[in-house]
Amino acid sequence: MKHALLLAKRNAKEILRDPLNLCFGLGFPLVLLGLLTAIQANVPKELFPLDQLTPGIAVFGLAFMSLFSATLISRDRTSALLLRLYTTPLRPLDYIIGYMLPMVPIALAQSAITLLFGLILGLAWTPNLLLCLLVTVPVGWIFIGIGLLCGSLLTDKQVGGICGALLTNLTGWFAGIWFDVELVGGFFKTVSNILPFYHGTELARAAYAGTLGSALSHLWVVLAWAAAMLALAVWAFLHQMKKN
Amino acid sequence: MNAIETKGLTKRYGDLTAVNGLDLTVRQGELFALLGVNGAGKTTTIKMLSCLTRPTDGDALLLGKSVNREPEEVKMLLAVSPQETAVAPKLSVAENLELMAGISGANKAETKRRLDALSAQFGLAEVLKRPAGKLSGGWQRRLSIAMALILEPKILFLDEPTLGLDVLARSALWDVIRSLKGNMTIILTTHYMEEAEALSDRIGVMGAGHLLRVGTADELKAATGAETLENAFIALAKEATK
Repeated sequence: MKHALLLAKRNAKEILRDPLNLCFGLGFPLVLLGLLTAIQANVPKELFPLDQLTPGIAVFGLAFMSLFSATLISRDRTSALLLRLYTTPLRPLDYIIGYMLPMVPIALAQSAITLLFGLILGLAWTPNLLLCLLVTVPVGWIFIGIGLLCGSLLTDKQVGGICGALLTNLTGWFAGIWFDVELVGGFFKTVSNILPFYHGTELARAAYAGTLGSALSHLWVVLAWAAAMLALAVWAFLHQMKKN
Repeated sequence: MNAIETKGLTKRYGDLTAVNGLDLTVRQGELFALLGVNGAGKTTTIKMLSCLTRPTDGDALLLGKSVNREPEEVKMLLAVSPQETAVAPKLSVAENLELMAGISGANKAETKRRLDALSAQFGLAEVLKRPAGKLSGGWQRRLSIAMALILEPKILFLDEPTLGLDVLARSALWDVIRSLKGNMTIILTTHYMEEAEALSDRIGVMGAGHLLRVGTADELKAATGAETLENAFIALAKEATK
């Protein structure tokens, strides 16, 4: 465990010292939240109510966790740092914990900052906000799992495309943050229901609204996706480790 | 006891035999250079010796420990400085070294002792607080070797340590490698003949997965009737492809 914590500490430093990470991961969701709130303030129709938008953006921001972790792992592979570490007494579990563990507090901090920014913009404070923060944790696991999976299989350039562009777009379009998935319906609704992002958004919104009891179906979907992604990620990492 | 002893070490990838029945002995404290053209089997040999890949056949003993049966113990004995710089770019030089020391199980006081010693030996004091990713290629290579040495290995693998460096940086790194001689066993892979000749006690030439010849630079030249090590190497490599 000591080895895993050493690696986790190193990985946290690598991520937090990257200005691009902070800019995109933290800054972009806040800019979006601020921008859409400003638009809302200037239109008479209720398009982006803060109680719906803020939990949604908190979920959207977590997509950047995949980019952070995938980029770090793929760079460690290409720079041969991982190869160097494979010749040390580190065990497979040390790597898994070492790469996943630092992402959990980073994801939590990002969601907390987004929710806090929502409060500054006028979101009403209720203790449910803490519950909302709590339910973003398993959503974060999905993205952390995707990050480890992509980082294990792809090059850093591919990671930029897949996690940086594709995943953030998928999350943006199919999480039901900016428009009602039910209203769009059809194929869009089907895909949204299959993917975990919409369920994450609805879960976070329900937690904030204090209606979590009625959103348990979303929670199960999120937990199932989190378990599947983490399992797949562990398999992919061990596979590339063996291949090396 | 020999530092490294391989017996029929073999690695096959499907139909391709990358290393074929390698019998090699490296003495303790020796600097042994492994030469070979691309695809000769050097990298695969190093990978097997450093427990990165399991042999298909045969075994290798590192200070008496088997790579097949005791890989965890073997890993405690060795360190690898890969061909790529293999540093954590956003960590400072000191943090990179502390990370590796921590992985080897060193406590805070022991880490500081090792870091101070290596900092002096490699002249790293002036860059200790700088991010590793911001260093020049030569400094990154120095750091890379220091990261291997902070593990205090008994056997050190240096894979193309001066590849891509300018003449001055290469010369500085040669001095560093010379300073290590005798303190530990060093296995050096390189494409530079002058590097192998200047630094190594003995040289092994590999070709087509086989160990073609082992000896000092002078012995290899004498055996092939060549005037330079490069010509001796070319003669041996050509012989292997016949």
